[in-house]
Amino acid sequence: MSTQTPLLELSGIHAAYDRIEVLFDVNLVVNEGSVVALLGPNGAGKTTLLKVACGLMSPISGDVLYAGKRVNGTRPEELARRGISMVPEGRGVFPNLSVRENLKMMTYTGVPLSQIEEIAFGRFPRLAERSRQLAGTMSGGEQQMLAMARGLATNPAVLILDELSMGLAPIIVEELYEIVAQVARSGVSILVVEQFASSVLGVADRAAIMVHGRIVRDGTPAELESELSHAYLGNQQESSGGEL
Amino acid sequence: MDKFLTFTIVGLSTGAIYAIIASGLVLTYTTTGIFNFAQGAIGMLCAFAFWQMYIAWEWPLWLALLLSLLVLAPLIGAFIDTAIMRGLEDTTEVTRLVVSIGLLVGLIGLANWIWKPGVSRNVPAFFSGHYFSLADTRVTGQQLATIAVAVIVALSLWLFLRLTRTGVAMRAVVDDRALASLNGARPNRVSMLAWAMGCTLAGIGGILIVPNVALDAGTLSLLIVNAYAAAIIGRLRSLPLTFLGALILGCTEAYLSGYLKSTPNLAGLRLAAPAILLFIVLLVIPTSRLRGRRQSREFFPMPSWSGTFVFAGCVVFSGVVLATTLSNSDAVTYGRIFAVGILALSLVPLVGFAGQISLATLSFAGIGALVFGHLGAGGNPLALVLAFVIPAAVGALIALPALRLSGIYLALGTAGFAVALDRWIFNLADFNIGPVHISLFELGSTEVAPLNIFGYSFNTPSRQMVLVSVAFAVLSIAVVGVRRSAYGRRLLAMKSSEAACATLGLNLVGTKLTVFALSAGISGVGGAILGTQLRSISPQNFDFVSGLPVLLLTVVGGIGAVGGALFAGVSLMGILPLLALLGVFFANVAGLLPGIAGVGLGRNPNGSIHDIRDGFEPIIRYRPAIIWLAIVIPAVWILRLAGIYGNAVFFPLLVLSPVVAVIFATLKIGGVEQTPTVEEIPLEWKGFIEPWKESDLIELDAALGINEVSIHVAP
Ligand SMILES: Nc1ncnc2c1ncn2[C@@H]1O[C@H](COP(=O)(O)OP(=O)(O)OP(=O)(O)O)[C@@H](O)[C@H]1O
Ligand SMILES: [Mg+2]
Repeated sequence: MSTQTPLLELSGIHAAYDRIEVLFDVNLVVNEGSVVALLGPNGAGKTTLLKVACGLMSPISGDVLYAGKRVNGTRPEELARRGISMVPEGRGVFPNLSVRENLKMMTYTGVPLSQIEEIAFGRFPRLAERSRQLAGTMSGGEQQMLAMARGLATNPAVLILDELSMGLAPIIVEELYEIVAQVARSGVSILVVEQFASSVLGVADRAAIMVHGRIVRDGTPAELESELSHAYLGNQQESSGGEL
Repeated sequence: MDKFLTFTIVGLSTGAIYAIIASGLVLTYTTTGIFNFAQGAIGMLCAFAFWQMYIAWEWPLWLALLLSLLVLAPLIGAFIDTAIMRGLEDTTEVTRLVVSIGLLVGLIGLANWIWKPGVSRNVPAFFSGHYFSLADTRVTGQQLATIAVAVIVALSLWLFLRLTRTGVAMRAVVDDRALASLNGARPNRVSMLAWAMGCTLAGIGGILIVPNVALDAGTLSLLIVNAYAAAIIGRLRSLPLTFLGALILGCTEAYLSGYLKSTPNLAGLRLAAPAILLFIVLLVIPTSRLRGRRQSREFFPMPSWSGTFVFAGCVVFSGVVLATTLSNSDAVTYGRIFAVGILALSLVPLVGFAGQISLATLSFAGIGALVFGHLGAGGNPLALVLAFVIPAAVGALIALPALRLSGIYLALGTAGFAVALDRWIFNLADFNIGPVHISLFELGSTEVAPLNIFGYSFNTPSRQMVLVSVAFAVLSIAVVGVRRSAYGRRLLAMKSSEAACATLGLNLVGTKLTVFALSAGISGVGGAILGTQLRSISPQNFDFVSGLPVLLLTVVGGIGAVGGALFAGVSLMGILPLLALLGVFFANVAGLLPGIAGVGLGRNPNGSIHDIRDGFEPIIRYRPAIIWLAIVIPAVWILRLAGIYGNAVFFPLLVLSPVVAVIFATLKIGGVEQTPTVEEIPLEWKGFIEPWKESDLIELDAALGINEVSIHVAP
């Protein structure tokens, strides 16, 4: 189970696209071996926060700490080699590469191809059947499996997942989260973003709710469950704009 | 049979060179997403460097090869990647294309600077004296080596891209750069390597071809047109198909030169064959479907009528000022500012509004000039109408097969058309199509009579200067009219997303056809007017290469605005000739400038006109400055007309007065525009640009006429 040692720590993060600020003083800690769920409505800034965490975006202020070291401004490829593995929103695959070539791209993390194939094909036999097919021509679920394979096969220290469920049938989502739970049990820390809380709360140790670029609540899943509807529907006072 | 074998071998060895250059094109396209128009120019530069070391300095062959292929070429590649291409993310295809055209023009300028043109430079054939016989036919060492190198290059490249991790990463980076870095690949290094390899391939091609052709910067750079067709046969993706295409191309050329009767009319056909083949290939290969939305950081604001009329007024005024002050010979030189401006203007609706790329502007101008030359006897202004209509019809005819093409394919198609015209059609003698007698340049040059309106002949350079400035002004207003009309909105919509337009039921075919015709028509008029200024026109005035700087500088100026067109005219026909007057060094710089400007485009894809206008912003906002200018400029001009001083004083004064006005206005009201105050934020943007406030709600209610407020803003 999780320890209390922080592995990935975001503190006081402010981030902006051009000059429009979308994250305001966000603090989030992922302890070693724990699963943290980040929830929130569309446009809350969840993806942006993940981009900051994996180095795709630099915060305008605040610190990103990984294993105790400040890693602001470190390039994403370096963080990836050091064990931060992010599966981005949408399909995290290269559409014009074959499945096998997609797997080959994962070897930059230092794990040999044979081992990656063993784990990926072992877990998702469907991928083995289609190893020569272009990834872009596979179904959404198959693509998501391929994207997940990187998280599984490259022994990351932190796995960051952005909306695994996007566009997938509930049964596949359940399957994927079953795998997430297994990965978590093997000791990998996980930061996962989801729109629909039910699928992820069963797996998470902690959860945080983000609204309008701020973390408004965080706690254990049980503590938060009652407040979720509130965060999504918004209360009368907070979202007046929507009713005009 | 012998003859056939000989030609086949010649064809295969030429094809092998095309294959090497084309595979470099495919490599950079698949690994960086940029179609590199400058591929041939890079090969040219390597060939010149090789000549310098091997022939001029007499260094050993291996050293010259090593330095030019494994040091110089990769360095050029690394430089292109870091200094130029990195800045091109989120730019449109037009911008990327223009940057590589800029590179092409710049490299030619550079080579002509270092190696003075007009000197004959030769590289002897490699392995000369060695040959072997194949059924009575001699295969020279050079031919064999070329073919062998091509095969080795093709095989190793194919294996590299398929089997090595770096090769896979190169393709991955084009697919999704961010994802590649999330996998731990280093995208910057990967694309730098891709450029380095692409340039080395260009260099190999360049060095292998120099024993066969003259070492001339322009010719060598444009051999690439032949390689385009091969790369397109490979659909810019497949190396084996590219290789095959190159061989077919090489053999076609060889057979044409071997078996075609050598009449003057057909000699041109041989030269034009690759371009024609390119055009045909583009028409038959399947291309990608309608493009969806692409994000870009390019944005051109809607021009206002008042601004446009002021602009047009200033253009005509400058025309009059120039006409009354310049000497005859200067009026000839600088008179082309506005004529070239009209050619550039033709690109604004097509490229700027509709997002279609055409590299054939000058060809349509040539057609317009020919029409006016032959049909406008005595300068009949009605022929000007024909100089619009006939190029427009040809433009629509060309657009018809090109309708299914977009982006880079369209650019190449129009390039093929332009090259076919200037290598072949323009050099034909008169001919008949049925009852229609067609005369072109009559194997040399054609006279164009000056325009004659109601007996008033525009037969002096200064009269022409005024005429052409008025024509430019009128056409600018027309183009702005197009932009502001419903049709203009359709063009813009088509640029943003063809797929979305199609689903909305917009008639894409009609829209594309008309915009092509419109653009070709404007070019035609521009060409006709240019023709009356030149008096005598020849195919060289309208060739493909001379057309490139026009597109280049219009995009640099701002392809979405009529000001961009004027920018192109002024810089090409005003500033560059002026620079050249300053001495040899500056003439060389002038040769390089269009290229440098194009290459720098990535930094500022919206064009310079935008910045220039911003520079004048203080005057526009400070009324006394405008009044001051309205008095000083005419005064300065009148004093010049009165003969108080000459042009050496007049033009500096003319340039200085707005500068003084800007400085003065800036001191008076501050240069930077104040950040918009709350009142200036449009109502529908409330709450987006700045946080929502109680006062906004009240204002919104007032504007919408809502009295009862039932919603409250959180404290
Ligand atoms: N590339 C971008 N440029 C400008 N603004 C952006 C960009 N990407 C996101 N934004 C804005 O930043 C805000 C946060 O976006 P983000 O993608 O982080 O939201 P999210 O919580 O992941 O939403 P969703 O659940 O819909 O994925 C949004 O208002 C969005 O419009
Ligand atoms: Mg998101």
